Amino acid sequence: MSLVMPEPDRTVLDRRDTIVAALRLMIPGEGVIDDVRSLKAYESDGLTAYRQPPMVVVLPETVEQVSAVLRFCHEHGVKVVPRGSGTSLSGGALPLEDAVLLGMAKFNRILSVDYADRIAVVQPGVTNLAVTRAVEDRGFYYAPDPSSQIACSIGGNVAENSGGVHCLKYGLTTNNVLALQVVMIDGEVLRLGGTYLDALGLDLVGLMVGSEGLLGVVTEVTVRILPKPETARALLIGFSTVEAGGQCVADVIAAGIIPAGMEMMDRPAIHAAEAFVHAGYPLDVAALLIVEVDGPLAECDHLIEEVRAIALKNGAVSCHASESEAERLKFWAGRKAAFPAVGRISPDYYCMDGTIPRRRLPEVLARMNQLSQDYGLGVANVFHAGDGNLHPLILYDANVPGQLDRAEAFGADILRLCVEVGGVLTGEHGVGVEKRDLMPVMFSETDLAHQQRVKCAFDPQSLLNPGKVFPVLHRCAELGRMHIHGGAVPHPALPRF
Amino acid sequence: MNTEPKPSSATDVADAIADAVRTGARLELRGGGSKAAIGAPREAAVLDLSELSGVIDYDPAELVLTAKPGTPLVMIEDLVASEGQMLAFEPFDHGPLFGRPPGAATIGGVLAAGVAGSRRLTAGGARDHLLGFQAVSGRGERFTAGAKVVKNVTGYDLPKLATGSWGRLFALTEVTLKVLPRGRISVSVAADGLRPDQAQHAMAKALGSQADVQAAAHLPAELADPSLTVVRLEGFGPSVAARAAMIRELWRDFASARHLEDDEAARFWTTLRSLSPLDDGGQLWRVNTPPSAGPALVARLAPHGVRWMFDWAGGLTWLTFDGDPAEVRTAAAQLGGHAFLIRAEDTVRRRTPALHPPQPGVGALEARVRAAFDPLGVFETGRFLDVAHAD
Repeated sequence: MSLVMPEPDRTVLDRRDTIVAALRLMIPGEGVIDDVRSLKAYESDGLTAYRQPPMVVVLPETVEQVSAVLRFCHEHGVKVVPRGSGTSLSGGALPLEDAVLLGMAKFNRILSVDYADRIAVVQPGVTNLAVTRAVEDRGFYYAPDPSSQIACSIGGNVAENSGGVHCLKYGLTTNNVLALQVVMIDGEVLRLGGTYLDALGLDLVGLMVGSEGLLGVVTEVTVRILPKPETARALLIGFSTVEAGGQCVADVIAAGIIPAGMEMMDRPAIHAAEAFVHAGYPLDVAALLIVEVDGPLAECDHLIEEVRAIALKNGAVSCHASESEAERLKFWAGRKAAFPAVGRISPDYYCMDGTIPRRRLPEVLARMNQLSQDYGLGVANVFHAGDGNLHPLILYDANVPGQLDRAEAFGADILRLCVEVGGVLTGEHGVGVEKRDLMPVMFSETDLAHQQRVKCAFDPQSLLNPGKVFPVLHRCAELGRMHIHGGAVPHPALPRF
Repeated sequence: MNTEPKPSSATDVADAIADAVRTGARLELRGGGSKAAIGAPREAAVLDLSELSGVIDYDPAELVLTAKPGTPLVMIEDLVASEGQMLAFEPFDHGPLFGRPPGAATIGGVLAAGVAGSRRLTAGGARDHLLGFQAVSGRGERFTAGAKVVKNVTGYDLPKLATGSWGRLFALTEVTLKVLPRGRISVSVAADGLRPDQAQHAMAKALGSQADVQAAAHLPAELADPSLTVVRLEGFGPSVAARAAMIRELWRDFASARHLEDDEAARFWTTLRSLSPLDDGGQLWRVNTPPSAGPALVARLAPHGVRWMFDWAGGLTWLTFDGDPAEVRTAAAQLGGHAFLIRAEDTVRRRTPALHPPQPGVGALEARVRAAFDPLGVFETGRFLDVAHAD
């Protein structure tokens, strides 16, 4: 692996025993883990290509403990890596050798639900799906549904601004969070936002969501819950070319329809999925589209026919509408199993996550296929087609020397391609360590400096999750420097940030 | 008040801000000036961005529109409407609230002030529809944030900071918005004669149902005798019909629900945007609370002779009165919300901050974030009366 992480601070490693002892005074019993074997369980997250056991793991149970740990680390110059369930696909929770890993798993309670105002207040270690489970008997659910929703935590969702297959219609995490309790690196506890729409000042909740654990540690989350739609129906549509499938997606949107989900798979993904779960997918098509609509039955029935007409106009070679809930779920079974299905046909796979303007899809796929040949590695594609979010799965074998490096280089080329056509490096998985060194492809040095100065406003010593998101760790003093030409510096008495 | 030459390019904006950095001048960023009367009277030079106007790119099928910040809001609304689309957060023009002719509001001003209308309840606010931008920070440097696609988590979500920043972080020079299809039809279902608590309950019930309500608002008996509680349903014909039937069924216990005729519905929702019944010369406040706290808010302020209306199912109360501003602020805060002073006489605006004062720790953090973009306080004009981070 070519990843370079911040140089471990020897003076911290030398103090390891005293640091652990101090943490034990703050967090009793099994809440502090420092034996080598147990630390190994935390050495990576969902991006398993990178591994690094942390110096020590702490598992606080109260806000006061989180605050005490952070205050201690701040005072003693110790780095902190926050972790939810550890399902990040971009290495957002990758430990550092000289850092405290702050695991939030014990914050696992749903604190309150208010159906009149349609909100739930939950602790960050609650899983995404558990929020829905807690409110579904009253006909409500929590809309963002990342594919890891059984395991991933709400705190992690906030850090990564997680999406899911329904986010074109229902939004990402950021569109469904109203308020946060956050512990700052110096231990200060702040409440941001509230049970109301729109911030009273700067939208700091909006800034925190998607900040990948670099700005503060979230200890409480207020989310919006929604009434579960009356019904949902899906269409399974096959096309003989990717272009036809892409045009169908564009035409559906142009017809004023925002489906609850609109997923596309290419031929390798279709074949892998069908061989795995026998969902009844056609095997003689180049692109398979699942279009799901939800809402009142009358709406679903109406939209199914509209989408069917659009599909046929675009030359669909097969088109089936679900006539039962069982059939709808069967349509989804293959898509939802696409990743493990690809895992069956290849020893390893590497999941990418770029977004492109949808109109560029045929061109991007063609160039991706060329890259696949150049690198000698297969690629299967699943997309959130409605919002242009691609998930190319690069097939490789980690046991073959050099293949992991080739897979990573191939992945980086795909992401460069996404940016080149007007898209972005990541649609929902986050930058983490995985795409960190590609940030200059999308952002200039000045762009990144403006982002990093925000980090300085929260964490001037850069102790929270350093080595993630930004390719170069600038010191805040250096970032704050102003170069003023042709005049005196105004307000000379001011401290410069 | 000085007025700088109007910049006509991002380079001009960067030059003007760099000049201010050199000379120690303060700059007030302005689009159409429709909200200039919000906040304390001030002396700063105005950097008028209205010449930075025009739509740069619009691809309806991609749901994305890129424009310069001085583009008039109406121009963008007309353009997207011609493609059957909309700005789903339903921004509106504040100019008429201050006796100015309509049409001055710009897209940049709408975003910088975080303006959103009735559909904000379900479709999200300005914050949820700004995808990316280019800007010049208080350092005089041009930079880019966010992107031009609808789904992106690359780097910090600075577009969230831009919305509602009131021109205190950076000058926008280009914005990319998410646009959405406009519902083919819109039906408004009304209940007459509900008390505020009944109205809030009725709206909560509608929003907690499967009727997929887009907007919910209430005009009390003082403004519309009898009081009028209305939910708006948008979408495809068969869907809207089915959902309207659901609302009538849900509201059977409250009052006989009825469809508003198209012109009556249009008048009702226009009233929510124009706030015309609150044009009585008193202070005009926008109070955000939990929706269920709306009735308690107006009950508490009733002895002060408030006139008010609910939007956002009770979560937004527009109100006007002549008393001590502290009464509104205290009531809002105690009910878990905050209050923004939209309109008042100079004497009131000189001592009452427009923005609800944040908790001290949050206020300090906001000041540090402002300093990150504007270390010398170029954009600190005194408009918001809080402790400037640089002065």
